[in-house]
Amino acid sequence: MVDSRFISSTTPTEKKDTRSGFGAGLLEAGRRNDQVVGLCADLTGSLKMNAFKDAFPERFFQVGIAEANMMGLAAGMTIGGKIPFTGTFANFSTGRVYDQIRQSIAYSDKNVKICASHAGLTLGEDGATHQILEDIGMMAMLPNMTVICTADYNQTKQATEALVDHHGPVYLRFGRPSVPIFLKEDAPFTIGKAQNLMSGNDVTFVATGHLVWEAVQAALALRERGIHADVFNYHTIKPFDAAALIESVKRTGRVVVAEEHQKAGGLGSIVARTLAEHQPARMEHVAVDDQFGESGTPAQLMEKYGLNAEAIVAASERVLQVRG
Amino acid sequence: MVHGASSGHPGGSLGCTDLVVKLYFDRMHVVPEPFNMDGAGEDLFFLSNGHISPMWYSVLARRGYFPVAELATFRKLNTRLQGHPATEEGLPGIRVASGSLGQGLSVALGAAQAKQLNGDDRTVFTLHGDGELQEGQIWEAAMYAAHHRIDNIVSFIDCNGQQIDGPTDDVLSLGDLAAKWSAFGWRVLTCNGHDFEDLDRVIKEADAARGSGIPTVVLMETAMGRGVDFMEGTHHWHGIAPNDEQLAAALAQIPETLGDY
Repeated sequence: MVDSRFISSTTPTEKKDTRSGFGAGLLEAGRRNDQVVGLCADLTGSLKMNAFKDAFPERFFQVGIAEANMMGLAAGMTIGGKIPFTGTFANFSTGRVYDQIRQSIAYSDKNVKICASHAGLTLGEDGATHQILEDIGMMAMLPNMTVICTADYNQTKQATEALVDHHGPVYLRFGRPSVPIFLKEDAPFTIGKAQNLMSGNDVTFVATGHLVWEAVQAALALRERGIHADVFNYHTIKPFDAAALIESVKRTGRVVVAEEHQKAGGLGSIVARTLAEHQPARMEHVAVDDQFGESGTPAQLMEKYGLNAEAIVAASERVLQVRG
Repeated sequence: MVHGASSGHPGGSLGCTDLVVKLYFDRMHVVPEPFNMDGAGEDLFFLSNGHISPMWYSVLARRGYFPVAELATFRKLNTRLQGHPATEEGLPGIRVASGSLGQGLSVALGAAQAKQLNGDDRTVFTLHGDGELQEGQIWEAAMYAAHHRIDNIVSFIDCNGQQIDGPTDDVLSLGDLAAKWSAFGWRVLTCNGHDFEDLDRVIKEADAARGSGIPTVVLMETAMGRGVDFMEGTHHWHGIAPNDEQLAAALAQIPETLGDY
Protein backbone atom coordinates (compact mmCIF):
# COMPACT_ATOMS: atom_id res chain seq x y z
CA MET A 1 0.00 0.00 0.00
CA VAL A 2 2.77 2.40 0.89
CA ASP A 3 6.41 2.17 -0.11
CA SER A 4 8.13 0.84 3.00
CA ARG A 5 11.50 2.09 1.81
CA PHE A 6 10.25 5.57 2.69
CA ILE A 7 7.35 5.32 5.12
CA SER A 8 7.91 3.87 8.57
CA SER A 9 4.27 3.97 9.68
CA THR A 10 0.91 5.28 8.51
CA THR A 11 -0.12 5.54 12.17
CA PRO A 12 2.93 7.27 13.64
CA THR A 13 2.83 7.90 17.35
CA GLU A 14 5.83 10.21 17.67
CA LYS A 15 5.69 13.88 16.74
CA LYS A 16 8.53 16.36 16.49
CA ASP A 17 9.20 19.71 14.86
CA THR A 18 11.16 19.75 11.62
CA ARG A 19 13.43 22.50 13.01
CA SER A 20 14.68 20.00 15.58
CA GLY A 21 15.62 17.76 12.68
CA PHE A 22 17.68 20.66 11.34
CA GLY A 23 19.38 21.10 14.73
CA ALA A 24 20.25 17.41 14.94
CA GLY A 25 21.39 17.32 11.32
CA LEU A 26 23.60 20.39 11.77
CA LEU A 27 25.32 18.83 14.77
CA GLU A 28 26.02 15.70 12.76
CA ALA A 29 27.19 17.77 9.79
CA GLY A 30 29.59 19.60 12.08
CA ARG A 31 30.98 16.32 13.37
CA ARG A 32 31.47 14.94 9.87
CA ASN A 33 33.11 18.00 8.32
CA ASP A 34 35.18 20.56 10.19
CA GLN A 35 34.58 23.17 7.48
CA VAL A 36 30.92 23.45 8.51
CA VAL A 37 30.19 26.75 10.29
CA GLY A 38 26.92 28.02 11.73
CA LEU A 39 25.63 31.60 11.74
CA CYS A 40 22.52 32.72 13.55
CA ALA A 41 20.65 36.03 13.83
CA ASP A 42 19.53 35.97 17.46
CA LEU A 43 17.30 32.89 17.12
CA THR A 44 19.66 30.14 18.23
CA GLY A 45 17.08 28.42 20.43
CA SER A 46 14.26 28.75 17.91
CA LEU A 47 16.44 27.26 15.19
CA LYS A 48 17.65 24.48 17.51
CA MET A 49 21.27 25.44 16.82
CA ASN A 50 22.30 25.21 20.48
CA ALA A 51 23.75 21.72 20.17
CA PHE A 52 26.02 22.83 17.31
CA LYS A 53 26.97 25.98 19.20
CA ASP A 54 27.89 24.02 22.32
CA ALA A 55 29.83 21.35 20.43
CA PHE A 56 31.70 23.75 18.14
CA PRO A 57 31.79 27.20 19.77
CA GLU A 58 34.68 28.33 17.55
CA ARG A 59 32.61 27.52 14.46
CA PHE A 60 29.42 29.23 15.60
CA PHE A 61 28.87 32.93 14.88
CA GLN A 62 26.19 34.97 16.61
CA VAL A 63 25.44 37.89 14.28
CA GLY A 64 22.64 39.58 16.18
CA ILE A 65 19.53 40.99 14.57
CA ALA A 66 21.30 41.78 11.33
CA GLU A 67 20.29 39.31 8.66
CA ALA A 68 21.69 41.24 5.71
CA ASN A 69 25.12 41.17 7.31
CA MET A 70 24.70 37.45 8.05
CA MET A 71 24.15 36.62 4.39
CA GLY A 72 27.22 38.60 3.37
CA LEU A 73 29.35 37.02 6.10
CA ALA A 74 28.27 33.57 4.98
CA ALA A 75 29.19 34.36 1.37
CA GLY A 76 32.58 35.61 2.52
CA MET A 77 33.29 32.57 4.66
CA THR A 78 33.01 30.31 1.62
CA ILE A 79 36.09 32.19 0.37
CA GLY A 80 38.45 30.15 2.50
CA GLY A 81 36.56 26.89 2.13
CA LYS A 82 33.96 27.12 4.88
CA ILE A 83 30.49 25.62 4.44
CA PRO A 84 28.22 28.14 6.18
CA PHE A 85 24.72 27.26 7.42
CA THR A 86 22.71 30.39 8.24
CA GLY A 87 19.77 30.15 10.60
CA THR A 88 16.79 32.45 11.10
CA PHE A 89 13.05 32.45 10.38
CA ALA A 90 12.04 31.89 6.75
CA ASN A 91 10.75 35.44 6.48
CA PHE A 92 14.10 36.92 7.53
CA SER A 93 15.98 34.33 5.47
CA THR A 94 14.45 35.43 2.19
CA GLY A 95 12.31 38.54 1.80
CA ARG A 96 14.35 40.63 4.17
CA VAL A 97 17.65 39.76 2.50
CA TYR A 98 16.69 39.04 -1.09
CA ASP A 99 19.24 41.34 -2.67
CA GLN A 100 22.06 40.07 -0.45
CA ILE A 101 21.21 36.50 -1.43
CA ARG A 102 20.82 37.43 -5.08
CA GLN A 103 24.13 39.24 -5.51
CA SER A 104 26.51 37.85 -2.88
CA ILE A 105 25.28 34.23 -2.80
CA ALA A 106 23.28 33.14 -5.86
CA TYR A 107 24.92 35.22 -8.61
CA SER A 108 28.31 34.64 -6.99
CA ASP A 109 27.50 30.89 -6.71
CA LYS A 110 28.66 30.67 -3.09
CA ASN A 111 28.37 27.45 -1.13
CA VAL A 112 25.97 28.88 1.46
CA LYS A 113 23.16 26.86 3.04
CA ILE A 114 20.27 29.18 3.94
CA CYS A 115 18.33 27.30 6.60
CA ALA A 116 14.91 28.73 7.31
CA SER A 117 12.54 27.80 10.08
CA HIS A 118 8.99 28.91 10.94
CA ALA A 119 7.94 28.90 7.30
CA GLY A 120 4.31 29.27 6.35
CA LEU A 121 1.06 29.49 8.28
CA THR A 122 2.11 26.91 10.89
CA LEU A 123 4.28 29.51 12.57
CA GLY A 124 0.92 30.22 14.17
CA GLU A 125 0.14 32.88 16.72
CA ASP A 126 2.77 35.44 15.68
CA GLY A 127 0.65 36.21 12.63
CA ALA A 128 1.21 37.30 9.06
CA THR A 129 4.27 39.50 9.66
CA HIS A 130 6.22 36.31 10.27
CA GLN A 131 4.24 33.75 8.24
CA ILE A 132 6.02 33.95 4.93
CA LEU A 133 4.15 32.26 2.08
CA GLU A 134 6.22 33.62 -0.80
CA ASP A 135 9.67 32.27 0.02
CA ILE A 136 9.70 29.19 -2.22
CA GLY A 137 8.86 31.34 -5.21
CA MET A 138 11.49 33.96 -4.44
CA MET A 139 14.22 31.40 -3.93
CA ALA A 140 13.25 29.14 -6.85
CA MET A 141 13.46 32.09 -9.23
CA LEU A 142 17.14 32.62 -8.49
CA PRO A 143 19.58 30.95 -10.90
CA ASN A 144 22.09 28.62 -9.17
CA MET A 145 19.76 28.15 -6.16
CA THR A 146 18.59 24.74 -4.96
CA VAL A 147 15.32 24.75 -2.98
CA ILE A 148 14.43 22.03 -0.48
CA CYS A 149 11.34 21.81 1.74
CA THR A 150 11.24 18.82 4.08
CA ALA A 151 8.29 16.81 5.38
CA ASP A 152 9.19 15.61 8.87
CA TYR A 153 11.91 15.46 11.51
CA ASN A 154 13.80 12.55 9.96
CA GLN A 155 13.83 14.06 6.51
CA THR A 156 14.96 17.46 7.74
CA LYS A 157 17.88 15.82 9.55
CA GLN A 158 18.75 13.81 6.43
CA ALA A 159 18.56 16.85 4.17
CA THR A 160 20.69 18.99 6.48
CA GLU A 161 23.43 16.36 6.50
CA ALA A 162 23.17 15.92 2.73
CA LEU A 163 23.89 19.62 2.19
CA VAL A 164 27.48 19.17 3.35
CA ASP A 165 28.34 17.22 0.21
CA HIS A 166 26.18 19.31 -2.12
CA HIS A 167 28.14 22.20 -3.64
CA GLY A 168 26.30 25.44 -4.28
CA PRO A 169 23.72 27.73 -2.70
CA VAL A 170 20.72 26.02 -1.10
CA TYR A 171 17.51 27.24 0.51
CA LEU A 172 16.34 24.68 3.10
CA ARG A 173 12.81 25.35 4.38
CA PHE A 174 11.28 23.81 7.48
CA GLY A 175 8.84 24.71 10.25
CA ARG A 176 7.91 25.27 13.83
CA PRO A 177 5.11 22.88 14.91
CA SER A 178 5.40 19.27 16.00
CA VAL A 179 4.26 17.00 13.18
CA PRO A 180 4.15 13.20 12.86
CA ILE A 181 7.40 11.39 12.12
CA PHE A 182 6.31 9.05 9.34
CA LEU A 183 9.39 8.81 7.15
CA LYS A 184 12.25 6.41 7.86
CA GLU A 185 15.46 7.93 9.12
CA ASP A 186 17.36 5.87 6.50
CA ALA A 187 14.90 6.40 3.64
CA PRO A 188 16.57 6.83 0.25
CA PHE A 189 17.14 10.59 -0.06
CA THR A 190 18.66 12.24 -3.10
CA ILE A 191 18.52 15.99 -3.66
CA GLY A 192 16.50 16.54 -6.83
CA LYS A 193 14.70 13.19 -6.79
CA ALA A 194 11.06 13.01 -5.72
CA GLN A 195 9.95 10.19 -3.41
CA ASN A 196 7.06 8.04 -4.66
CA LEU A 197 5.50 7.27 -1.26
CA MET A 198 2.35 5.50 -2.51
CA SER A 199 1.43 4.08 -5.90
CA GLY A 200 -1.80 4.53 -7.83
CA ASN A 201 -3.20 5.23 -11.27
CA ASP A 202 -6.16 7.50 -10.52
CA VAL A 203 -4.63 10.80 -9.46
CA THR A 204 -1.12 12.15 -8.84
CA PHE A 205 -0.41 13.93 -5.56
CA VAL A 206 2.50 16.37 -5.57
CA ALA A 207 3.18 17.60 -2.05
CA THR A 208 5.97 19.28 -0.14
CA GLY A 209 6.74 20.15 3.49
CA HIS A 210 4.02 19.75 6.09
CA LEU A 211 1.48 18.90 3.36
CA VAL A 212 3.17 15.59 2.54
CA TRP A 213 1.76 13.89 5.64
CA GLU A 214 -1.63 15.41 4.84
CA ALA A 215 -1.38 14.02 1.29
CA VAL A 216 -0.60 10.54 2.65
CA GLN A 217 -3.61 10.72 4.95
CA ALA A 218 -5.81 11.89 2.06
CA ALA A 219 -4.57 9.04 -0.11
CA LEU A 220 -5.32 6.51 2.64
CA ALA A 221 -8.86 7.86 2.97
CA LEU A 222 -9.41 7.74 -0.80
CA ARG A 223 -8.19 4.14 -0.95
CA GLU A 224 -11.09 3.10 1.20
CA ARG A 225 -13.29 4.43 -1.60
CA GLY A 226 -11.33 2.59 -4.25
CA ILE A 227 -9.43 5.63 -5.49
CA HIS A 228 -5.68 5.09 -5.77
CA ALA A 229 -3.44 8.14 -5.59
CA ASP A 230 0.16 8.18 -6.79
CA VAL A 231 1.71 10.16 -3.93
CA PHE A 232 4.96 12.07 -4.33
CA ASN A 233 7.03 13.88 -1.74
CA TYR A 234 8.75 16.70 -3.61
CA HIS A 235 11.28 17.52 -0.90
CA THR A 236 13.36 19.17 -3.62
CA ILE A 237 11.43 21.85 -5.45
CA LYS A 238 14.38 23.03 -7.50
CA PRO A 239 15.88 21.34 -9.42
CA PHE A 240 12.43 19.98 -10.14
CA ASP A 241 12.10 16.23 -10.82
CA ALA A 242 10.06 16.63 -14.00
CA ALA A 243 10.57 13.03 -15.11
CA ALA A 244 8.78 11.59 -12.07
CA LEU A 245 5.81 13.91 -12.57
CA ILE A 246 5.48 13.28 -16.29
CA GLU A 247 5.70 9.49 -15.89
CA SER A 248 2.98 9.52 -13.23
CA VAL A 249 0.64 11.90 -15.04
CA LYS A 250 0.86 9.80 -18.20
CA ARG A 251 -0.92 7.13 -16.13
CA THR A 252 -3.28 9.30 -14.04
CA GLY A 253 -4.04 12.34 -16.18
CA ARG A 254 -4.89 14.30 -13.02
CA VAL A 255 -2.85 16.16 -10.45
CA VAL A 256 -3.37 17.67 -7.01
CA VAL A 257 -0.56 19.89 -5.73
CA ALA A 258 -0.38 20.68 -2.00
CA GLU A 259 1.94 23.18 -0.36
CA GLU A 260 2.00 25.63 2.54
CA HIS A 261 2.70 28.60 0.26
CA GLN A 262 0.99 31.08 -2.01
CA LYS A 263 -0.49 29.56 -5.15
CA ALA A 264 1.61 32.02 -7.12
CA GLY A 265 5.26 31.15 -7.53
CA GLY A 266 5.52 27.97 -5.49
CA LEU A 267 5.62 24.26 -6.25
CA GLY A 268 2.24 24.45 -7.99
CA SER A 269 3.50 27.02 -10.46
CA ILE A 270 6.41 24.76 -11.36
CA VAL A 271 4.12 21.74 -11.69
CA ALA A 272 1.68 23.68 -13.89
CA ARG A 273 4.46 24.89 -16.14
CA THR A 274 5.90 21.40 -16.43
CA LEU A 275 2.50 19.92 -17.25
CA ALA A 276 1.72 22.60 -19.82
CA GLU A 277 5.05 22.02 -21.55
CA HIS A 278 5.20 18.22 -21.44
CA GLN A 279 2.01 16.50 -20.32
CA PRO A 280 -1.12 18.67 -20.20
CA ALA A 281 -3.45 17.48 -17.45
CA ARG A 282 -6.14 18.77 -15.15
CA MET A 283 -4.70 20.18 -11.93
CA GLU A 284 -6.05 21.33 -8.56
CA HIS A 285 -3.95 23.35 -6.18
CA VAL A 286 -4.18 23.18 -2.40
CA ALA A 287 -2.35 26.35 -1.31
CA VAL A 288 -3.00 29.86 -0.03
CA ASP A 289 -4.84 31.93 -2.60
CA ASP A 290 -3.33 35.43 -2.70
CA GLN A 291 -3.88 36.19 0.98
CA PHE A 292 -1.78 37.00 4.01
CA GLY A 293 -2.09 34.73 7.04
CA GLU A 294 -3.20 35.71 10.55
CA SER A 295 -2.85 34.71 14.20
CA GLY A 296 -4.16 31.33 15.37
CA THR A 297 -2.96 27.85 16.21
CA PRO A 298 -1.29 25.97 13.37
CA ALA A 299 -4.17 23.49 13.10
CA GLN A 300 -6.78 26.26 13.08
CA LEU A 301 -4.92 28.13 10.37
CA MET A 302 -4.40 25.07 8.19
CA GLU A 303 -8.11 24.35 8.42
CA LYS A 304 -9.23 27.92 7.76
CA TYR A 305 -6.94 28.29 4.75
CA GLY A 306 -7.75 24.82 3.45
CA LEU A 307 -4.36 23.18 3.81
CA ASN A 308 -5.04 19.70 5.21
CA ALA A 309 -5.99 16.15 4.26
CA GLU A 310 -9.68 17.03 3.95
CA ALA A 311 -8.85 19.80 1.50
CA ILE A 312 -6.72 17.40 -0.54
CA VAL A 313 -9.57 14.86 -0.62
CA ALA A 314 -11.96 17.59 -1.78
CA ALA A 315 -9.50 18.73 -4.46
CA SER A 316 -9.17 15.12 -5.59
CA GLU A 317 -12.92 14.81 -5.94
CA ARG A 318 -12.99 17.94 -8.08
CA VAL A 319 -10.20 16.80 -10.32
CA LEU A 320 -11.65 13.30 -10.64
CA GLN A 321 -15.05 14.62 -11.75
CA VAL A 322 -13.46 15.66 -15.01
CA ARG A 323 -12.95 12.16 -16.41
CA GLY A 324 -12.02 12.06 -20.00
CA MET B 1 37.46 51.46 -21.51
CA VAL B 2 34.51 53.59 -20.49
CA HIS B 3 34.75 55.49 -23.75
CA GLY B 4 34.99 52.22 -25.68
CA ALA B 5 31.85 50.90 -24.02
CA SER B 6 30.10 54.28 -24.21
CA SER B 7 29.08 53.63 -20.62
CA GLY B 8 30.59 53.21 -17.17
CA HIS B 9 31.75 55.20 -14.18
CA PRO B 10 34.92 57.21 -14.80
CA GLY B 11 34.73 59.66 -11.87
CA GLY B 12 35.09 57.30 -8.93
CA SER B 13 37.46 55.10 -10.91
CA LEU B 14 39.99 57.89 -11.33
CA GLY B 15 39.63 58.89 -7.70
CA CYS B 16 40.57 55.45 -6.36
CA THR B 17 43.28 54.44 -8.82
CA ASP B 18 46.17 55.52 -6.61
CA LEU B 19 45.03 53.41 -3.65
CA VAL B 20 44.35 50.24 -5.60
CA VAL B 21 47.65 50.50 -7.52
CA LYS B 22 49.42 50.93 -4.19
CA LEU B 23 47.69 47.87 -2.72
CA TYR B 24 48.20 45.51 -5.68
CA PHE B 25 51.72 46.60 -6.65
CA ASP B 26 53.22 47.23 -3.23
CA ARG B 27 51.33 46.09 -0.14
CA MET B 28 49.36 42.97 -1.05
CA HIS B 29 50.78 39.50 -1.48
CA VAL B 30 48.75 38.02 -4.31
CA VAL B 31 49.05 35.07 -6.71
CA PRO B 32 47.41 36.21 -9.96
CA GLU B 33 48.17 33.04 -11.91
CA PRO B 34 46.71 30.53 -11.41
CA PHE B 35 43.88 32.39 -9.73
CA ASN B 36 42.58 30.67 -6.61
CA MET B 37 39.13 31.60 -5.36
CA ASP B 38 39.91 30.78 -1.73
CA GLY B 39 43.04 32.92 -1.76
CA ALA B 40 44.69 30.89 1.01
CA GLY B 41 47.93 32.59 2.02
CA GLU B 42 47.07 35.67 -0.04
CA ASP B 43 45.94 39.14 0.93
CA LEU B 44 42.45 39.77 -0.42
CA PHE B 45 40.79 42.87 -1.86
CA PHE B 46 37.04 43.43 -2.11
CA LEU B 47 35.61 46.29 -4.16
CA SER B 48 32.28 47.01 -2.50
CA ASN B 49 31.51 50.02 -4.72
CA GLY B 50 31.53 47.79 -7.78
CA HIS B 51 30.64 50.53 -10.24
CA ILE B 52 34.28 51.66 -10.35
CA SER B 53 35.10 48.35 -12.02
CA PRO B 54 37.08 49.96 -14.90
CA MET B 55 39.79 50.97 -12.43
CA TRP B 56 39.88 47.55 -10.75
CA TYR B 57 39.95 45.66 -14.05
CA SER B 58 42.80 47.89 -15.26
CA VAL B 59 44.83 47.16 -12.14
CA LEU B 60 44.08 43.43 -12.20
CA ALA B 61 45.08 43.12 -15.86
CA ARG B 62 48.36 44.93 -15.31
CA ARG B 63 49.04 42.83 -12.23
CA GLY B 64 48.80 39.73 -14.41
CA TYR B 65 45.36 38.29 -13.66
CA PHE B 66 44.28 38.42 -17.32
CA PRO B 67 45.51 39.97 -20.60
CA VAL B 68 45.50 43.76 -20.81
CA ALA B 69 43.97 43.44 -24.29
CA GLU B 70 40.84 41.99 -22.69
CA LEU B 71 40.12 45.40 -21.14
CA ALA B 72 38.76 46.42 -24.56
CA THR B 73 35.85 44.00 -24.06
CA PHE B 74 34.56 45.90 -21.00
CA ARG B 75 30.74 45.97 -20.88
CA LYS B 76 30.44 44.29 -24.29
CA LEU B 77 28.38 41.19 -25.03
CA ASN B 78 30.03 37.91 -23.95
CA THR B 79 32.72 39.71 -21.96
CA ARG B 80 34.19 38.51 -18.67
CA LEU B 81 34.48 42.21 -17.73
CA GLN B 82 30.87 42.80 -16.75
CA GLY B 83 29.62 46.32 -16.06
CA HIS B 84 29.91 45.49 -12.38
CA PRO B 85 32.35 42.86 -11.08
CA ALA B 86 31.05 39.28 -11.19
CA THR B 87 32.26 35.73 -10.74
CA GLU B 88 29.79 34.13 -13.14
CA GLU B 89 32.04 34.48 -16.20
CA GLY B 90 35.13 33.40 -14.27
CA LEU B 91 37.21 36.57 -14.49
CA PRO B 92 40.37 35.94 -12.42
CA GLY B 93 40.72 38.26 -9.46
CA ILE B 94 37.02 38.62 -8.65
CA ARG B 95 35.77 36.69 -5.61
CA VAL B 96 32.21 37.97 -5.26
CA ALA B 97 29.80 40.05 -7.29
CA SER B 98 29.37 43.68 -6.25
CA GLY B 99 27.39 46.59 -7.55
CA SER B 100 24.31 46.65 -5.39
CA LEU B 101 25.91 48.78 -2.70
CA GLY B 102 26.60 48.05 0.94
CA GLN B 103 27.31 44.32 0.72
CA GLY B 104 31.07 44.16 0.38
CA LEU B 105 32.04 44.80 3.99
CA SER B 106 29.98 41.85 5.22
CA VAL B 107 31.50 39.54 2.62
CA ALA B 108 35.01 40.75 3.42
CA LEU B 109 34.46 40.19 7.14
CA GLY B 110 33.33 36.65 6.42
CA ALA B 111 36.49 36.07 4.41
CA ALA B 112 38.54 37.61 7.24
CA GLN B 113 36.98 35.29 9.78
CA ALA B 114 37.58 32.30 7.51
CA LYS B 115 41.26 33.33 7.44
CA GLN B 116 41.28 33.43 11.24
CA LEU B 117 39.72 29.95 11.42
CA ASN B 118 42.28 28.68 8.92
CA GLY B 119 45.26 30.18 10.77
CA ASP B 120 45.96 32.37 7.72
CA ASP B 121 47.49 35.67 8.89
CA ARG B 122 47.04 37.58 5.64
CA THR B 123 44.94 40.75 5.48
CA VAL B 124 41.61 41.55 3.86
CA PHE B 125 41.25 45.02 2.30
CA THR B 126 38.02 46.65 1.20
CA LEU B 127 37.05 49.79 -0.65
CA HIS B 128 33.72 51.60 -0.33
CA GLY B 129 32.26 54.81 -1.67
CA ASP B 130 31.31 57.44 0.88
CA GLY B 131 27.80 57.57 -0.53
CA GLU B 132 27.66 53.81 -0.02
CA LEU B 133 27.78 54.40 3.73
CA GLN B 134 24.14 55.45 3.47
CA GLU B 135 23.33 51.73 3.15
CA GLY B 136 22.32 50.22 6.50
CA GLN B 137 24.13 46.93 5.97
CA ILE B 138 27.47 48.73 6.26
CA TRP B 139 26.67 49.61 9.84
CA GLU B 140 25.46 46.11 10.68
CA ALA B 141 28.82 44.89 9.46
CA ALA B 142 30.72 47.61 11.31
CA MET B 143 29.06 46.64 14.59
CA TYR B 144 29.82 42.97 13.95
CA ALA B 145 33.51 43.55 13.21
CA ALA B 146 34.13 45.38 16.45
CA HIS B 147 32.14 42.89 18.53
CA HIS B 148 34.03 39.94 17.05
CA ARG B 149 37.38 41.76 17.28
CA ILE B 150 38.16 41.25 13.61
CA ASP B 151 41.51 43.01 13.18
CA ASN B 152 42.68 41.42 9.93
CA ILE B 153 40.58 43.83 7.92
CA VAL B 154 41.41 47.32 6.64
CA SER B 155 38.57 49.22 5.01
CA PHE B 156 39.10 52.29 2.85
CA ILE B 157 36.37 54.86 2.33
CA ASP B 158 36.57 56.91 -0.86
CA CYS B 159 35.65 60.28 0.62
CA ASN B 160 35.03 62.33 -2.50
CA GLY B 161 31.87 63.93 -1.16
CA GLN B 162 29.92 63.13 -4.32
CA GLN B 163 27.16 60.76 -5.31
CA ILE B 164 24.87 60.41 -8.32
CA ASP B 165 22.39 63.12 -7.42
CA GLY B 166 24.98 65.59 -6.15
CA PRO B 167 27.20 66.33 -3.16
CA THR B 168 26.64 63.90 -0.27
CA ASP B 169 25.93 66.88 1.97
CA ASP B 170 22.97 67.77 -0.23
CA VAL B 171 21.66 64.23 -0.81
CA LEU B 172 21.96 62.70 2.66
CA SER B 173 24.62 64.13 4.89
CA LEU B 174 27.07 61.58 6.26
CA GLY B 175 27.83 63.73 9.28
CA ASP B 176 31.03 63.21 11.21
CA LEU B 177 32.28 59.97 9.69
CA ALA B 178 35.33 59.72 11.94
CA ALA B 179 33.13 59.99 15.02
CA LYS B 180 30.65 57.48 13.61
CA TRP B 181 33.23 54.80 12.83
CA SER B 182 34.94 55.45 16.14
CA ALA B 183 31.64 55.06 17.98
CA PHE B 184 31.17 51.73 16.17
CA GLY B 185 34.46 50.56 17.67
CA TRP B 186 36.84 51.00 14.73
CA ARG B 187 40.29 52.59 14.63
CA VAL B 188 39.94 55.57 12.32
CA LEU B 189 42.81 56.78 10.15
CA THR B 190 42.73 59.53 7.56
CA CYS B 191 44.90 60.17 4.54
CA ASN B 192 45.22 61.88 1.21
CA GLY B 193 44.17 59.27 -1.33
CA HIS B 194 46.37 60.76 -4.03
CA ASP B 195 49.63 60.86 -2.05
CA PHE B 196 51.51 57.55 -2.18
CA GLU B 197 53.59 58.45 0.87
CA ASP B 198 50.48 59.20 2.86
CA LEU B 199 48.84 55.95 1.69
CA ASP B 200 52.01 54.12 2.69
CA ARG B 201 51.86 55.71 6.14
CA VAL B 202 48.28 54.63 6.90
CA ILE B 203 48.81 51.13 5.55
CA LYS B 204 51.84 50.69 7.81
CA GLU B 205 49.87 52.10 10.71
CA ALA B 206 47.03 49.66 10.04
CA ASP B 207 49.45 46.75 9.76
CA ALA B 208 51.06 47.70 13.07
CA ALA B 209 47.67 47.50 14.75
CA ARG B 210 47.23 43.81 14.01
CA GLY B 211 46.66 41.91 17.23
CA SER B 212 44.78 44.80 18.83
CA GLY B 213 41.39 43.22 18.20
CA ILE B 214 40.23 46.49 16.64
CA PRO B 215 39.29 46.80 12.95
CA THR B 216 40.75 49.70 10.97
CA VAL B 217 38.99 52.11 8.64
CA VAL B 218 40.81 54.69 6.54
CA LEU B 219 38.89 57.80 5.54
CA MET B 220 40.64 58.61 2.30
CA GLU B 221 40.23 62.14 0.94
CA THR B 222 39.99 61.94 -2.83
CA ALA B 223 38.85 63.95 -5.80
CA MET B 224 36.34 62.32 -8.09
CA GLY B 225 37.71 62.34 -11.63
CA ARG B 226 41.28 62.82 -10.37
CA GLY B 227 43.76 63.84 -13.05
CA VAL B 228 41.27 65.12 -15.60
CA ASP B 229 40.48 68.78 -15.00
CA PHE B 230 36.96 68.78 -16.40
CA MET B 231 36.00 65.64 -14.46
CA GLU B 232 37.60 66.49 -11.15
CA GLY B 233 35.58 67.28 -8.05
CA THR B 234 32.10 67.00 -9.53
CA HIS B 235 29.41 64.36 -9.46
CA HIS B 236 28.59 64.96 -13.13
CA TRP B 237 31.09 62.30 -14.21
CA HIS B 238 29.84 59.64 -11.79
CA GLY B 239 28.24 57.46 -14.42
CA ILE B 240 28.70 58.81 -17.93
CA ALA B 241 31.25 58.06 -20.61
CA PRO B 242 33.41 60.69 -22.34
CA ASN B 243 32.91 61.27 -26.06
CA ASP B 244 35.78 61.25 -28.57
CA GLU B 245 36.79 64.86 -27.98
CA GLN B 246 36.55 64.59 -24.21
CA LEU B 247 38.62 61.42 -24.24
CA ALA B 248 41.34 63.05 -26.31
CA ALA B 249 41.34 66.06 -24.00
CA ALA B 250 41.56 63.87 -20.92
CA LEU B 251 44.36 61.67 -22.20
CA ALA B 252 46.31 64.73 -23.22
CA GLN B 253 46.41 65.66 -19.53
CA ILE B 254 47.87 62.28 -18.52
CA PRO B 255 50.72 61.58 -20.92
CA GLU B 256 51.39 58.14 -19.42
CA THR B 257 48.06 56.87 -20.70
CA LEU B 258 48.35 58.08 -24.26
CA GLY B 259 47.03 55.41 -26.58
CA ASP B 260 46.15 53.04 -23.76
CA TYR B 261 42.40 52.74 -23.52
